Amino acid sequence: MTTSYQLKRVDFIFKNENDWEDVLSKSISKPPQELINELISSELKGRGGAGFPTGLKWKLSSEAVDDTKYVICNADEGEPGTFKDREILSRVPFKVLTAMAVCGHVIGSKEGYIYLRGEYFFLQPELNKAISEFEYYCKEINLDFKIRIFMGSGAYICGEETALFESMEGKRGEPRNKPPYPSSYGYMGKPTVINNVETLAHTFTIFKYGAKRFYDLGVQYSRGSKLFSVSGDTPKPGIYELELGMSLADFVDEFGDGDTKAVQVGGASGFLVPRKRFNETAIGFQGKLTGISLPTGGSMMLFNSSRSMFNVIDNYLEFFREESCGQCTPCRVGCQQLLSGIKAVKRGEKNAQYLDKLMRLAETMQYTAKCGLGQSVANSFSSIVENFREEMIY
Amino acid sequence: MPGIKLSEKTIGIIQQVCSDFRNEGSELINVLHQTQGKLGYLPAEVQEVIAKELNISVAKVYGVVTFYSFFTMIPMGEHPISICMGTACYVRGSEQVLAEFKRQLSIEVGQSTPDNKFSLNCLRCVGACGLAPVVMVGDRVYGRVSPQMVKNIISEYKEGCVSEAKSA
Repeated sequence: MTTSYQLKRVDFIFKNENDWEDVLSKSISKPPQELINELISSELKGRGGAGFPTGLKWKLSSEAVDDTKYVICNADEGEPGTFKDREILSRVPFKVLTAMAVCGHVIGSKEGYIYLRGEYFFLQPELNKAISEFEYYCKEINLDFKIRIFMGSGAYICGEETALFESMEGKRGEPRNKPPYPSSYGYMGKPTVINNVETLAHTFTIFKYGAKRFYDLGVQYSRGSKLFSVSGDTPKPGIYELELGMSLADFVDEFGDGDTKAVQVGGASGFLVPRKRFNETAIGFQGKLTGISLPTGGSMMLFNSSRSMFNVIDNYLEFFREESCGQCTPCRVGCQQLLSGIKAVKRGEKNAQYLDKLMRLAETMQYTAKCGLGQSVANSFSSIVENFREEMIY
Repeated sequence: MPGIKLSEKTIGIIQQVCSDFRNEGSELINVLHQTQGKLGYLPAEVQEVIAKELNISVAKVYGVVTFYSFFTMIPMGEHPISICMGTACYVRGSEQVLAEFKRQLSIEVGQSTPDNKFSLNCLRCVGACGLAPVVMVGDRVYGRVSPQMVKNIISEYKEGCVSEAKSA
């Protein structure tokens, strides 16, 4: 049953950033440990989708011993259906820059990079302008921190943090084995903090208002607010900041077109939730309180009854086949086989039981693929095939 | 390798780009971006020069060029047309839009028109899912494109006059 949390609009992220100079100078006058404690007690989790506790990330990097460390802002927003980071960078860039510099202060880093998605090249001039203004102020307050933009080149996999490092080092964006983790061995083999754009923007809120204001939002295990990119069959597509922990039923009430048959939560690598599960599904990170709880990078795609779910999964698999880096076999071959498999079932060349075989293949990929891309193909595949089996066959 | 022979001038341009990045192998992606910006595309011959300048193997350069979808080894048209095949665009009919572009221009994806005016490509999500389906011509974004609009979009560029009102 749903533990109903009404949909609550929040307005933190896009709220004015005019006081960034103030927030920056106040924050860097505090000892790193105090800032880390603040972040940890806010229970902020990474907003890129994986949900790693941000305070812990900063703490681990601050404990690593090295003269050179890096702060990287992951703006390789490639998940189909997300467009929040683009909005943050164009509307409140100084929040992100400030957060990067504060992070530099905390972990002892003098260099920051923004890995900007290739498709967002049009943001570059404005962002560079903001960076020079920012660096000018840093000089004024004697803060040694430089920020440089690195342009991506159109590869989805580079949103994976270690693939992103490889790409920045001028190589093919192929994920590394973990461990070692970025906090000890990141860009150029140096300790690195890598955070999503939205995560950094949230830390600004926390440094400005204190952890409590943030912690008071949301539910257990899923504190704070989050930006949602709403698209698909909805009368009001766009970006909305909402409190975490809401039930999907409430969400659909607000954004659906009255005929919503399913919602894809978290983009191609996320899960499809059919109508019958709207009530029992909450949006947040893993936790017992809300029943089934889905983590998400914030992509919410609504489908109404005119849409064929076969087309949706067909599109996702084409996407994964194209974007698989090809390094590990489960992902490279698995994506191809899943795609040709569902096509064969659709054409009637294979019988319906073949779908079960494909489900097992997807499960194998989940266990054996090297990185998040291959592991998460099963999410959308299994949830779509399970819930809309008849649409796969007929 | 059979193919084009680069002029002294072209080689000079490539060498300049490489030295702008201190001839460092780790700057390969930046070098490729700049070179493609200047030459339009990155054929094998260009990659050979870059490999020599940065002192890395041609295989490595080729590996990177073919890995990233932004780099191309064939020349693009004067107005590169990209159709978004992201999920939001796809379910809202980008496939029909693509089919219409193919029909109007009589080319396939990855090809250019004989007069080199247009080239056709697909891309994955430009981050404008609220405007689905989305088409990009050069740097311009067209939102909520229907197959009926395709003819008009093409003719805007054929006549060389781009009306401001049409863009999203």
